[in-house]
Amino acid sequence: MANSTILVVGGGISGVTAAVEAAEVGYEVVLVEKEPTLGGRVAQLKWYFPKLCPPACGLEINYRRIKTNPRIKVYTMTEVLGISGGPGNYKVRLKKKPRYVNENCTACGECEKVCEGERISEFDFGLRKTKAIYLPCPFAFPMRYVLDKDALAPGDLERIMQACKYNAIDPDMKEEEFELEAGAIIWATGWKPYDATKLDNLGYGKFENVITNMQMERLASPWGPTGGKILRPSDNTPPKRVAFVQCAGSRDENHLPYCSYICCLASLKHSIYLAQNDPEAESLIFYIDIRTPGRYEKFLKRAQEEAKITFIKGKVAKVEEDPETKDLIVTAEDTLSGKKVHEKVNMVVLALGMEPSIKGLEISGLKVDENGFVITDNGIIACGCAKMPLDVMTSNETATGAVIKAIQTILRG
Amino acid sequence: MEKVGVFICTSCDIAKRLNIEDLEAAARDQGAAAVYSREFLCSKEGREFIESKIKEDGLDAVCICACSPRVNWDVFNFDGVAVERVSLREGVVWSRFPVGENGEILEDDSVEYVEGVSFKDELMALAKDYVKMGVAKLQSYQHPVPYKPEDQISKTILVIGGGVAGLTAAIESAKAGYDVVLVEKEKELGGFVRKMKAHCAIKPPYKDIVPPIVEDLIKEVESNEKIKVYKGAQIEKISGAPGMFDVKIKQGGKEIEERIGAIVLAAGFKPYDASKLEHLGYGKIKNVITNVQFEEMAKAGNFKRPSDGAPIKSVLFVQCAGQRDENHLPYCSGYCCLASLKQAKYIREADPDAKAYIIYDYMRTMGIYENFYKNIQDDPGIFLTKGKITEISEGEDGKVKVIVEETLLGETLEIEVDVVVLAVGMVPVTAEESVLNLEYRQGPALPELELFYGYADSNFICFPYETRRTGIYAAGAVHQPMTIQQAIEDARGAALKAIQCLVAIEEGHAVHPRTWDFAYPEFNLKMCTQCKRCTEECPFGALNEDEKGFPIQFVTRCRRCGTCFGACPQRIISFKDYSVDMITNMIQATEMPEQGYYLYRLLAFVCENDAFPALDMAAYKKYNLPVSLRIIPVRCLGSVNVSFIKDAMSKGFDGILLLGCKYGEYYQCHFIKGSELANRRMENVAETLQQLALEPERVTLHTVAIDEVEEAVKKIKEFEEEMKGFDENPFKGW
Repeated sequence: MANSTILVVGGGISGVTAAVEAAEVGYEVVLVEKEPTLGGRVAQLKWYFPKLCPPACGLEINYRRIKTNPRIKVYTMTEVLGISGGPGNYKVRLKKKPRYVNENCTACGECEKVCEGERISEFDFGLRKTKAIYLPCPFAFPMRYVLDKDALAPGDLERIMQACKYNAIDPDMKEEEFELEAGAIIWATGWKPYDATKLDNLGYGKFENVITNMQMERLASPWGPTGGKILRPSDNTPPKRVAFVQCAGSRDENHLPYCSYICCLASLKHSIYLAQNDPEAESLIFYIDIRTPGRYEKFLKRAQEEAKITFIKGKVAKVEEDPETKDLIVTAEDTLSGKKVHEKVNMVVLALGMEPSIKGLEISGLKVDENGFVITDNGIIACGCAKMPLDVMTSNETATGAVIKAIQTILRG
Repeated sequence: MEKVGVFICTSCDIAKRLNIEDLEAAARDQGAAAVYSREFLCSKEGREFIESKIKEDGLDAVCICACSPRVNWDVFNFDGVAVERVSLREGVVWSRFPVGENGEILEDDSVEYVEGVSFKDELMALAKDYVKMGVAKLQSYQHPVPYKPEDQISKTILVIGGGVAGLTAAIESAKAGYDVVLVEKEKELGGFVRKMKAHCAIKPPYKDIVPPIVEDLIKEVESNEKIKVYKGAQIEKISGAPGMFDVKIKQGGKEIEERIGAIVLAAGFKPYDASKLEHLGYGKIKNVITNVQFEEMAKAGNFKRPSDGAPIKSVLFVQCAGQRDENHLPYCSGYCCLASLKQAKYIREADPDAKAYIIYDYMRTMGIYENFYKNIQDDPGIFLTKGKITEISEGEDGKVKVIVEETLLGETLEIEVDVVVLAVGMVPVTAEESVLNLEYRQGPALPELELFYGYADSNFICFPYETRRTGIYAAGAVHQPMTIQQAIEDARGAALKAIQCLVAIEEGHAVHPRTWDFAYPEFNLKMCTQCKRCTEECPFGALNEDEKGFPIQFVTRCRRCGTCFGACPQRIISFKDYSVDMITNMIQATEMPEQGYYLYRLLAFVCENDAFPALDMAAYKKYNLPVSLRIIPVRCLGSVNVSFIKDAMSKGFDGILLLGCKYGEYYQCHFIKGSELANRRMENVAETLQQLALEPERVTLHTVAIDEVEEAVKKIKEFEEEMKGFDENPFKGW
């Protein structure tokens, strides 16, 4: 007899989708997420293209489906170490990191008020700091604080423990390893932005006003570090002229050989953010091909209508900084005119490509290709951006499709 | 419910700012059978305490006055006991603060609010109203009874279309244990892909050309006992509802009936009609053909010029032939770039001396298919450039002359080739016919078609399979323009959704988005005036009409949005756990201050999926909402009945605010038109208000998205200011 539990690895939009879709067919589901909250990449976005609607809306529906479905069990701060066994009877080894905050937490926020130690917010890609005890994101699920012990200031722990009226702080929590059994595994660990510092000609990490596309999302988010105002990092002024460097890492044998699917659409969306920030703001998009497949073509038109966009066909050769103004000079060859162009801009956004989140990790029992994308193997089914670069809509199609393959694995026994 | 127990939590600032004894008294006053207060209700001990009191007091309902219903959902859940959550934390103590003269937030609740009344008095009035509304709600609550249809339920899945998507959906459903009926219009299975010589790889590393997958799929379908295939057949009519669809299939002269549970629509696409592309030489120049014709040549292994049968030595591919063109197909077809790259390779493999040119605007080999592009690019005999075709004309010796401007070399090219191939795009079959032929009051086709160029697509990015017809899920090239690889994935997803719908029907609950909901609207038809508002406004076409104009209900089509309930002027539609009486009783449970103190009372009906969470977020940020405002969350603004407005106005509320989702082209309402319908209904309310000698502006609707926390607060404050511009509602205190 096969084990009838489906393990879903990854709590981003693909994993959450797979989990609720599977549970609503009647299967027991265990959903594991390595971060302290579900939501993954989409939780970091201001809006989705092409509708320009907030991801929290769909997450709210999905979280409610999780809350009302006793068949779904969620583990946060948990990672898969390795898989053994076979279809129908997998044994999965997992590691759960300590949150140092237990289920008593009511998210009242008293601990945060008294905490002095700070840590860099990864959720905001380093654009701000949080306290050492923090809510993972404003729309967190579960709605519970997490403590970064390394970031505590002297005396913080005592203050925090005193402030918490619910006995929710547990500094002695330990990392745990445990084992789970599952009939099938849906692998939905998603993507991470390519390491921008590897693109040394583009100035990331050297020049303050070179940011990444995901940082742009955080700047534009009303829940982000600037409350939704797009301000360039060097002087907190709204940029008037912004260059978008497409295929930053993607379609490049030295970096990511594939196309990352969403970056053209993301930069178009960011141009709309900019135009809403300042109707006079100009976007310069340096591209190889503008890839807006299917009905996204309409979004290309919409962006052109709503934002001031100049398209320049050419790969950016270098980005330099004017040390006085902190403005940037972008050099590229315009392949249509054959001429070199030098454009001075206030800010540069690197349209970074996506890399599989698990790239570089060794997970026994999991098959990956040379780029780190997961290959479906029997009852281990890859979906979303863990499988290949995709947009949200298509990721969810693959996540839903993965469920039927998981069910079949279990039925085969 | 008969015995309502009220449990008031004193933690998280609740007891700090509220007088708990007064709240207990308010609960008793409303008729609560038992009232308790306790700190830290969400703790293990708190939960055990509630459980013990349920037993001791024989409670059948509990009103938890603590935090927002959006948190601790799992904690406050007691088997067989009705639960209502009153949000004293987010709804009162974390979101209502006294303000000083300069608008600054004050710590001290005892400050004067209006003459002789402190802020604390008003805060308590709000909290008491909420407690009483919670109790009143439970008093009107009945346990949902899962819907069990009398008719025989079918668990068979109908797949319409026998191409790659349809075949995949059929195989996957059968492998998951379900019976399938597959209907294919053509005499043979295989659809468009069967006519192809080859296609791009559908497996890693996605770089090669492989023989069509479709032959294997056909074999699998035809040998699977669970799949019944009707070839050369079409859907004549679909009546009934999910679980009980009666499908008439026409095959030759025969008519067959099948009882079906759920449907996968995989009717595929047609190539765009090239006769409309005369400007590209089609129909005028014999050696200008389409990618479909070129594929046929490739399959036959016969690359000959149509004009004279001479062997083809050179081919030029024109990308976006008709696509991305407002006069033809405004969208990109998503597959043609890959198809031309593949076809260029065909000719190169057939004749190593042959040359291929691909003229594109943007090369769109999405994602991992960049691998395929690179593989083809390595061939020196395939010349690729961005460019604009400005002329296609007949050249010498039967050749076709093509002029290309704005190329990557910055120069104008004149190329003579044996054949020009127009990369024409996809037109979904549903652009021209409904295919489904639904016997629904609202028409035979999916309402989404008009939004998406005839594609049976979903308006919801997060939920790509949600059409407005329950139990019908689209897959493949009728769903969105897509590649073969994506069509296979998509078909699996659609099959899963079909299966899931059957499970929901069996268990008696709704499908997306209210999958947890076991209640459904019940109609008291004796009072029905046949006004047809419910049958017209239902976003999901759940209601038909009989010949007299009475609604005929199909529960398994229904998504439980309550739009019908909001539409009905006779108030004859209700859910067991959500009814017109319930909301009326909640309004009645509030206490109105006497006239003359200028203590305004405002009521807001708020969408529970978007605006309500936004207000919770506002509370976490400690934004300040007017203490005069009472909020009733509703599943959708579409479920707000005009009678609620009348009830609230005659009760004495000074203003009523509706907060719902954005509508228009990019609507965000998951029940399609909730706020739009509410807006229209409120226009009619204006008249009623005038009859009561009240200003129509007292009822206002605003739309906010879930992330528009600040805007939501701002709109509410503006609303309060506006209402203060009016005199008090004269009905107040009557």
